[in-house]
Amino acid sequence: MAVKTVSKVDLYADAPEKKYTLYMVMLGFIALLVGGLLGPLQAFNYGGLDIYPLLQPLIQNYYQGLTLHGVLSAIIFPQLIAQAVMIYLPARELGLRPNMTLAWVSFWMALGGLLIAAVPMLLNAATVLYTFYAPLQANWAFYVGLAIFILSTWVSAFVLFEMWTRWKKANPGKITPLSTYMAVTFWLMWLLASLGLVVAVAVFLIPWSLGLIAGVDPLLTRTLFWFTAHPIVYFWLLPAYVLAYVTLPRLAGGKLISDPIARLVFLMFLLFSVPVGFHHQFADPGIDPFWKMLHTVLTMFVAIPSLITAFTIAASLEVAGRANGGKGWFGWIKALPWNNPTVLAFILGFLAFIPGGAGGIVNGSFNLNQTIHNTTWVPGHFHLQVGTLVTMGFMGTAFWLIPHLTGKPLVARGLALASLWLWFIGMLVKSFALHSMGLFHGIPRRTHIAGSPMAMEAYRESAAWMVLNIVAGVILLVALLMFFYVLFKTALQSHRDHSRVMDEVPFTQVMSGHEGSGLALLCERVWFWFAIAVVLVIMAYGIPLFQMFTNINPVPGMRLW
Amino acid sequence: MDKYEQALEKYEKLWIYFSLGMITVFIALIAYLMVAHGRTNPVGAGRVDVATVRTVGEFANPRVERIGEEYVAWVLAFVYSYAPAEMRFTAGRRVTFRITSPDVIHSFTILGTNVNVKVIPGQITEVSHVFDKPGEYLVICNEYCGIGHANMISRIIVE
Repeated sequence: MAVKTVSKVDLYADAPEKKYTLYMVMLGFIALLVGGLLGPLQAFNYGGLDIYPLLQPLIQNYYQGLTLHGVLSAIIFPQLIAQAVMIYLPARELGLRPNMTLAWVSFWMALGGLLIAAVPMLLNAATVLYTFYAPLQANWAFYVGLAIFILSTWVSAFVLFEMWTRWKKANPGKITPLSTYMAVTFWLMWLLASLGLVVAVAVFLIPWSLGLIAGVDPLLTRTLFWFTAHPIVYFWLLPAYVLAYVTLPRLAGGKLISDPIARLVFLMFLLFSVPVGFHHQFADPGIDPFWKMLHTVLTMFVAIPSLITAFTIAASLEVAGRANGGKGWFGWIKALPWNNPTVLAFILGFLAFIPGGAGGIVNGSFNLNQTIHNTTWVPGHFHLQVGTLVTMGFMGTAFWLIPHLTGKPLVARGLALASLWLWFIGMLVKSFALHSMGLFHGIPRRTHIAGSPMAMEAYRESAAWMVLNIVAGVILLVALLMFFYVLFKTALQSHRDHSRVMDEVPFTQVMSGHEGSGLALLCERVWFWFAIAVVLVIMAYGIPLFQMFTNINPVPGMRLW
Repeated sequence: MDKYEQALEKYEKLWIYFSLGMITVFIALIAYLMVAHGRTNPVGAGRVDVATVRTVGEFANPRVERIGEEYVAWVLAFVYSYAPAEMRFTAGRRVTFRITSPDVIHSFTILGTNVNVKVIPGQITEVSHVFDKPGEYLVICNEYCGIGHANMISRIIVE
C-alpha cells in the first residue's frame, strides 16, 4: 500500500501570532455560544416560564444552567478575547513577535483549566454560580480548573511585558505607542486585581474542597472574591475600550481626537479599578462602614475614565461623520458607516453603555445600593455593560478580525448587521424589564422563580415586566443564532481571498498626538503609577483584610443543590 | 491645529471638569444621606460559632422581644426559611433585627423597605427599621443558597 505523504502547508508560518490569536478568539466565542444558548432560559425564568424540566438529564436544574451561563459568558469568554486582543494589537503596533512558546502555554493552560472546570459544572457538581460563595462547596476540580484558567493570564501578562521591554530597549527614550501603553496598564491592573481570587482559591477553597482544611471564613473568601471581581469587569471591558479607541475612529472614517487623554483614561483604570470591591459588599456585616464609604469614593472616581471615554468616542465619531460629509448638528450621525458591522456594534454598544453607566453609579452609591442590591436590577445593569458593549464590541471586531487573521472574507454581511440590531434591541428590552422588576418590586436576582409557585405568587405584581423578559429572550436567541451562523460560516469556509480582507489592523490616526505632550510623558512613568495603585489598594483593603485574616471564623462546606 | 480641533479640546476639558464636579456632588450627597438616614445600613454585631448557634446563645430561641418602646428580633436565616417564620410589630416603633445563619449565606430582605442585608454564617448582622405603614411585608432571600432558594419567603405583620 502506497503511503502518500501530503506535506501540509502551514498557512501561519509567517505569522504564528495570527494563529494564536485565532485560537484564543474562537475558543472564546465557543464559550459564548454555549453560555449564550443558556441565556434565554434565564430570561424565560424571569417570565415565569420554566424550561428546565425539559432539559433533564443534560442540565439538571436552573442553578446549574445559570452557573454555566455566568461562567462561560462572563468569566471565560471575555478573558480569552482579552488574551487575544491585548497581545495581538501591541504585537502588530510594535511590529514585534510575541514569545510564541509562552503564548501557546497560556492558550493550553486556558483550555486545560476550562475543560477541568467544565467537568464538574456539567455534572452538576459545581452548581455554585459564578460567584462561588463559600460555604457552598463545589467539587475540587471546579476550583482547580478555574485557578489554572485564571493563572494563564499571568503568562499572557508576561508575554506582553517581555515584548514591551524588547521594544523599549530598541527604542530608548521613546513614548510607548498607544495600544501597547493601554495593554501595559491593563495587564498591570489585572496582575494586582487577580491576587484576591488567586489567594481565595489557592489558599482556601482548593484545600477546603479536598478536605484538607475543615472550614473557611465565608466573609474573608467573599472579600477576596470581590477584591478581584470588581476589577474583573474592567478586565472584560478594557479590551473593548482599546478596540474602540484604536480601531473604531479609523473604521468609521475619522481620527481619534486625543492620544494623551486616551492614556490618561487607562492610567486612571490602573489606579482606581481595584480598591473599590466593598461596593459589592455594602450589605455585608463585619466590614466597618468607614471602609465602605472609602470604597464608595474610589468607586465614584473610577466612573471618571468612562465618562471621558464617552466624550472621546462620541467626539471621534463626530469627526468621522463630518469627514464623511455629514453637516449640521445631527447630519454627522447619519453620515456614519452604519452598514459597517464593526462600527454599528460599537455605536449600539456605547448607546447601551450610557444608561448602564448611570445605573452603575447607583450601584456604587452606599445608600442607593440598599434598594437594588441583589435584585434583578443588577443583572439588568451588567447585561448593558458586559452583555451589550463588551460582547457587541467583540462580536463587531470578529467581523474584521477573523477575516484579517484567516484571509477568509466575511460572509452574509446583512445577517451580521441584523444580528447586531437584534442583540441590541433584545438586551435593551431585557435590561429595561430587569431594572424595573428590581427597582419597583425587589425581585431577587438568580432565583428560580418560575419553578416556585410560592415565589410566582409573591412576585405576581411584576407580571407585566415578566412578559418583556420572554420577548427579549426570544429576540436574543434569534440574534445569537444569526451571529454564530455568520461567524462559523466565515471561519469555516475554505475560500481565502486576501484582496477582500484587511491586511493590517486598522490602527487609527490621532488628531492630537503624544509628541511633546507633558501628559503623555507623565503617563509613561508606568512603574511609578503602579506603585501608587498598590498604595491605594493597601489603604483601602489593608486594615480590613488584616483584621479578617487574623480573626478567621471557619465554616464547613455544604452542597445544597 | 484648526478651529474645530481647538473647540474639541475646549469641550473635552469642560466635560472633564463637569464629570469631576458631578461625582463630587454625588459623594457629598451619599455622605450626607448615610449620616442622616443610614440606619438601614447593616453593622457587624459580633460573631457566633456556626456549630452551636442553634443550641447555645442568643439565637437558640429566635424571637421578638419588646424592650421599652422598641422591639428587638433575633432571627435565624437558614435553608430555606426564617425563624421566627412570622413576626408581628406595631407601626411606628423601631425594630432592631439581629440575624445570623447556621449554614450558608442568605439575605434578609424586607420588600418595600430599605432593609436588604447579607446574613453570613459566623457573623451577626444588625439592622434597624421603623415600619410606618401597617400591613403585610414579605421577607425574602436574594442570595442564592441552594436548590430551594426561591421558596425562602416569610412574613412580617405590622399592626
